[in-house]
Amino acid sequence: MVLEERLLQGEKRAAARLISMAENHDTEAIDILKRLYKKTGNAHVVGITGPPGAGKSTLTDKLVKALRREGKTVGVIAVDPTSPFTGGSILGDRVRMNELSTDPGVFIRSMGTRGHLGGLSKATAAAVKILDIYGVDYIFIETVGVGQSEVDIARNADTTLMVMVPGLGDDIQAIKAGIMEIGDVFAVNKADRDGAKRTATEIEMMLDFNKTDWRPPVQKVIAVDNKGIDELLDHIRTHMNHLKDTGKLQKRRTENSKIEIIDLIQQNLMEMILDKSSKEEKVNQLAEEVALRNCDPYSAAESILDRIK
Amino acid sequence: MDRPIRVLVAKPGLDGHDRGAKVIARALRDAGMEVIYTGLRQTPEQIVNAAIQEDVDCISMSILSGAHNTLLPKVAELLKAEKVEDILVIGGGVIPDEDIPFLKEKGIAEIFTPGTPTTVTIDYIKENLKRDK
Amino acid sequence: MFEKDKLDKIKENFNAFDSKTVEGLQKRPERKEVFETGSGAVVNRLYTPVDIEDFDYETDLGLPGSFPYTRGVQPNMYRGRFWTMRMYAGFATAEESNKRYKFLIEQGSMGLSVAFDLPTQIGYDSDHALSEGEVGKVGVAIDSLADMEILFDGIPLDKVSTSMTINAPASVLLAMYIAVGEKQGVSADKLRGTIQNDILKEYIARGTYIFPTEASMRLITNIFEYCSKEVPLWNTISISGYHIREAGSTAAQEVGFTLSDGIAYVDAAIKAGLDVDTFAPRLSFFFNAHNDILEEVAKYRAARRLWARIMKERFGAKKAKSMALKFHTQTGGSTLTAQQPENNIVRVAIQTLAAVLGGTQSLHTNSKDEALALPTEDSVRVALRTQQIVAHESGAADTVDPLAGSYYIEAKTKAIEEEAMEYIKKIDEIGGAPRAIDNGYIQQEIMDAAYNYQKDIESGKRVIVGMNKFQIEEEAPKGLLRVDPSVGELQKAKIQALKGKRDNALVTEKLEALRAACQTEVNLMPLILDAVRAYGTLGEICGVMREVFGEYQQSVQL
Repeated sequence: MVLEERLLQGEKRAAARLISMAENHDTEAIDILKRLYKKTGNAHVVGITGPPGAGKSTLTDKLVKALRREGKTVGVIAVDPTSPFTGGSILGDRVRMNELSTDPGVFIRSMGTRGHLGGLSKATAAAVKILDIYGVDYIFIETVGVGQSEVDIARNADTTLMVMVPGLGDDIQAIKAGIMEIGDVFAVNKADRDGAKRTATEIEMMLDFNKTDWRPPVQKVIAVDNKGIDELLDHIRTHMNHLKDTGKLQKRRTENSKIEIIDLIQQNLMEMILDKSSKEEKVNQLAEEVALRNCDPYSAAESILDRIK
Repeated sequence: MDRPIRVLVAKPGLDGHDRGAKVIARALRDAGMEVIYTGLRQTPEQIVNAAIQEDVDCISMSILSGAHNTLLPKVAELLKAEKVEDILVIGGGVIPDEDIPFLKEKGIAEIFTPGTPTTVTIDYIKENLKRDK
Repeated sequence: MFEKDKLDKIKENFNAFDSKTVEGLQKRPERKEVFETGSGAVVNRLYTPVDIEDFDYETDLGLPGSFPYTRGVQPNMYRGRFWTMRMYAGFATAEESNKRYKFLIEQGSMGLSVAFDLPTQIGYDSDHALSEGEVGKVGVAIDSLADMEILFDGIPLDKVSTSMTINAPASVLLAMYIAVGEKQGVSADKLRGTIQNDILKEYIARGTYIFPTEASMRLITNIFEYCSKEVPLWNTISISGYHIREAGSTAAQEVGFTLSDGIAYVDAAIKAGLDVDTFAPRLSFFFNAHNDILEEVAKYRAARRLWARIMKERFGAKKAKSMALKFHTQTGGSTLTAQQPENNIVRVAIQTLAAVLGGTQSLHTNSKDEALALPTEDSVRVALRTQQIVAHESGAADTVDPLAGSYYIEAKTKAIEEEAMEYIKKIDEIGGAPRAIDNGYIQQEIMDAAYNYQKDIESGKRVIVGMNKFQIEEEAPKGLLRVDPSVGELQKAKIQALKGKRDNALVTEKLEALRAACQTEVNLMPLILDAVRAYGTLGEICGVMREVFGEYQQSVQL
């Protein structure tokens, strides 16, 4: 109870500790979130993603500073990959946001993906709720967009900001394929570089296929020089207003909640099954048999599921 | 529950020699820890605020400028003022042996001087955490 | 160089020798499976003419003092005069450091080398909040021209050459030096010395940056231009591989990354409208000296040859001096051990020999206690004596480039040149050194090498005597130099007093003129000099530029 009250009073340490507990699958954290869930939904959650080297952290730093000048409070969740081999990680996004460390109106948390099944979305979703209850006006979730993570981000965000840079060559094609649907606002960072105009044009061309009533804006920025930041912030807010005005906010949050519920069912079910089959031992045992061709994987899975039927 | 140990690696003061800090960051990562790396020129206030927000188990500071007697105790003091008593605070760098007792008295749990194998630091962190793992 | 039939014969004999040797290894294995240099490059059992098959004396070596300068930048090298024995020094206040300089000159040091404290290097006055605990620690605290006057009191600036390890605020410290000269009655065209002024390696490895890349490059080219007219004997930059190596790079990376930085400066100056032959003769370099003596000698030779070719072929330089790479050397600080510090004297002696055999123009030798603290006077004396012993007793200085023609040295020189060239090409592809720093490529390459090195030490694959082998129980060393902690207060008081007696209206006027100029394209040197003459402080001058230019954001790749 103490932790819960401290969180409600806006104590940073309580929020920080609760996020750790949620990351570590501590049931007490879930209990607290159950009780306080009604207090979430107030913050504008913005996902920020894009290829490595796009300058996401620097851009986040500038967006936060712009919001702070208006007196808004901000939470930042910076996600970096965990090494699949050692389980360790180096989370270096704070380097670009050092000046914000001592700002009482800012809370920055670095998270490793930790490689759990759906771990990113679960822990990130919990961290978003905690910061929402803690009471910030905006929450930025920042992660490298390579594959699944940007989709995970979109599921947690009201607005997804895609950050691109000129000069990525063929990489941009691969990235584009998956991102066009999830980007609500686009930023072309390092816009003073050769090819910035072309990158922006390419994105615009891709967006021509978008037939919904929200045409994602493409904003050129130079994050290190603080150029284009206010304009970008305006786009982010315009998107939120659009969601609200058209009733799509409720729709989007409903969709996201549905995905979250299904995710949680999957995870809980998985934990339950693995728990019932005496942790992972049974699975390991069966895996060995399958590898030795003494058993096939289909029957193995069925035999585990039979135990909980 | 098995969870990764979280360590804040910071360089207080103005010196820019971050080879040691980066090597220790990598070594801790390879030992399965989550390392929050904050870079150069960190003030004690920044270090303590970051440590609180990141809810770390350990603060590991590297300093080669000779300002250790000023800056390291300040970190310990600020932690105390914030009533944070469960973070292990360690330091390393060019720090003369004769300064170590003073630093320990001020709340720095251990000082690792040049030539210390990274494994020694890793083991020390694992064995001296102030919180349950 | 070698006739084909003779080479074939050597090949045949060598192959027979090699298979016989390998056979013998069954019974008597060698000490290691693979032998590696200090930088982790594979070393063969034996080098023969076969390893330098394509070697051409005229194009690859030539004569000392002429293109491609592989053998050295002067025709007779140390037979004329020895390299400049230049001991890097400075701590506490200007008064204390002035005493140390006079001691060094008395002991036979031939040039001064000023170490500044970190607040000075980052453009903060001693009374700035971030200066707390740092004042006078790693060098001397300079807040204004008043400190600089004391620093060089009694040292005639037309008689010494002075090297200043200063980068981000190099223009301000150079202006102070010029102003001290004026007070001594020595005009700027008589001043000799060097400012480090190499911001790119600060971003890469050393960390005392202030301004973002573009503004920093402008300040640097402003200095090039100003000095080419007003301070013609001054070396306007010391493009430094030293710190890149200290950060953990290999020898080839040291050359590749440093010369890439060099290319970026030349590009910037040409872009600013300067003719390459007006500023290139005043470019100088700064390399490290590690323990693998043969690899190090090859490194210096490779760097000279590569730079000469780059200047001639890439930049179309015409003056010989534009192509000749001259360099300062410092023995490797990271090779010193805190354990059994006396052993460091031996390491420094080996490194000194490497630098001399490699043809350095000046040398700083580290003192045995520098893994622990700043050096004491006694240990500095031994370090200086080490150079003097190599100079006068070893014979290494009596003939030019004595290791040339060694099969190993020539093969290694070529290998380093080629590997460095690969790095330069890669950096060109990324878009030049500033871009390769911004995206973290260079830092990551260095960090990979550093981490491998650390792992080799911890696994015992690499032996560091006294540290991971041949250890003894030791008592804590005594008698280390300690900087009086009251220096900070002393400097603060000096600033207070200065601000009370100078013409503050004049200072404001000069600072505002500088601010306005920062927003235009004009050369900032004259305006900085004006502000310095009016006793504007370093922090005030850098503060104005900080406000206009902003600050650099470090790029971290782990």
